[in-house]
Amino acid sequence: MAVTTRWVAEVRVELRPGIADPEGQTIGAGLRSLGYAVDDVRHGKLMRIAFAADDRDAAEAQLAEMCRRLLANPVMEVATWELTPDPSAEAAADVGVVPR
Amino acid sequence: MTALAGRPRVSIVVFPGTWSERDFAHVAGEVLGWETRLVWHAEEDLGETDAVVLPGGFAHGDHLRTGAIARFSPIMRKVEGFAAAGGPVIGSCNGFQVLTEAGMLPGALLRNDHLEFRCDWQHLRVEHPHSAAAWLGDLEDGALIRLPISHGEGRFIADPATLDELEGSGRVVLRYADEAGEVTADANPNGSERGIAGIVNARGNVLGLMPHPERAAEVEVGGTDGLRLFRSLERWLQAQPAIAERRL
Repeated sequence: MAVTTRWVAEVRVELRPGIADPEGQTIGAGLRSLGYAVDDVRHGKLMRIAFAADDRDAAEAQLAEMCRRLLANPVMEVATWELTPDPSAEAAADVGVVPR
Repeated sequence: MTALAGRPRVSIVVFPGTWSERDFAHVAGEVLGWETRLVWHAEEDLGETDAVVLPGGFAHGDHLRTGAIARFSPIMRKVEGFAAAGGPVIGSCNGFQVLTEAGMLPGALLRNDHLEFRCDWQHLRVEHPHSAAAWLGDLEDGALIRLPISHGEGRFIADPATLDELEGSGRVVLRYADEAGEVTADANPNGSERGIAGIVNARGNVLGLMPHPERAAEVEVGGTDGLRLFRSLERWLQAQPAIAERRL
C-alpha cells in the first residue's frame, strides 16, 4: 500500500511583468506618503494549499497542473511555489498511516 | 431569405452571483416577446435554443479571478459546444470575463486602472460590425452608440501580437469613445488596451463586451441602443435557413 504523504505548498500568483498593477502602485504611494523611499510595489496573491501526494515528484506535478488549470491565468499571471512536507501533527493524525 | 418560423429562443445562463439575467429576460421576453429560458449553471442542457447569453454579475463571487470558477460549471461544456457549432453567444460584463477565462475569447480583464467601480453611460464606437453579424449586423461601421457600463474589472489586456491580430482581422468591434466618436484616453473608463470594449471570436458568433445592452432597451431607462443588438440577432436568425427550417 502506498504511503500517503501530506504536503503544504505556498503558491504565489503575480501579474506578469509589464502588466500595469494599479493596486501595487496605490500601495507604493501609501508607503511613500509614510516617508519610505519606495521605488516600486507589485502586489499578488499567496495561497497555502495542504494536499496529499505520494512523493515530491507527484506533488510538484500536481501543483503545476493546479496552477495551469485554475490558480493562475497565463494571459496575465505567473505562478511560483514552495513545497514542504506538512509539519502539523494534526495532519499526520488525520491520515493515520504516516510512519514514525 | 427564409423567415424565422417562430419567435427567437434564447437561453440565459445563471451562475451563483449573476445579477443581469432578469434584465436580459425582461428585454427578450417582455419587450421583444421572445421565448426565454433561465438556465442554472449546474444544469447540463441548454434546451432547444437559438442563442445563449452569459449575463453580468459576479459569478461564484468572482473569487480567485473574475470568471475563473464559472468556467468549470457543468453548463459551460454545452455553451462551448453550442458556440463550436456556430451558435450565437454573447457575454456581457461578467459574461465577457467568463468567455476569456474559458478560452472562448482571447485576452483577459483586469482591475480598472483607477481601482474604482464605474457605473455610468458610455459612448462606444462600432467597428467591423459584420465581423460579429449575429450581434451587430444592424449597426453601421463607425456608428456611435451609448450603453451603460457597470464594472470594477474591465481593463482588457492581451499581448501585443494578439491585439494586432484582433485588429488586423477586424475582431475589435466596440471601443470606448467620447461624444464625438473619438477613441481617447479620457473616454476610456478602465484603462483597456487600445480602448477595447468588445471583441468577437474568429468565427464571428461569440461576442464579448463589457457594456450592458440589456440595460438600454427601453426609452424609460434612458436609451434604446442596446435593443439594436437584440434586433441584429433576430434579423441574423431569420437569415439562417437551417434555423428557420427547423422551426417550420
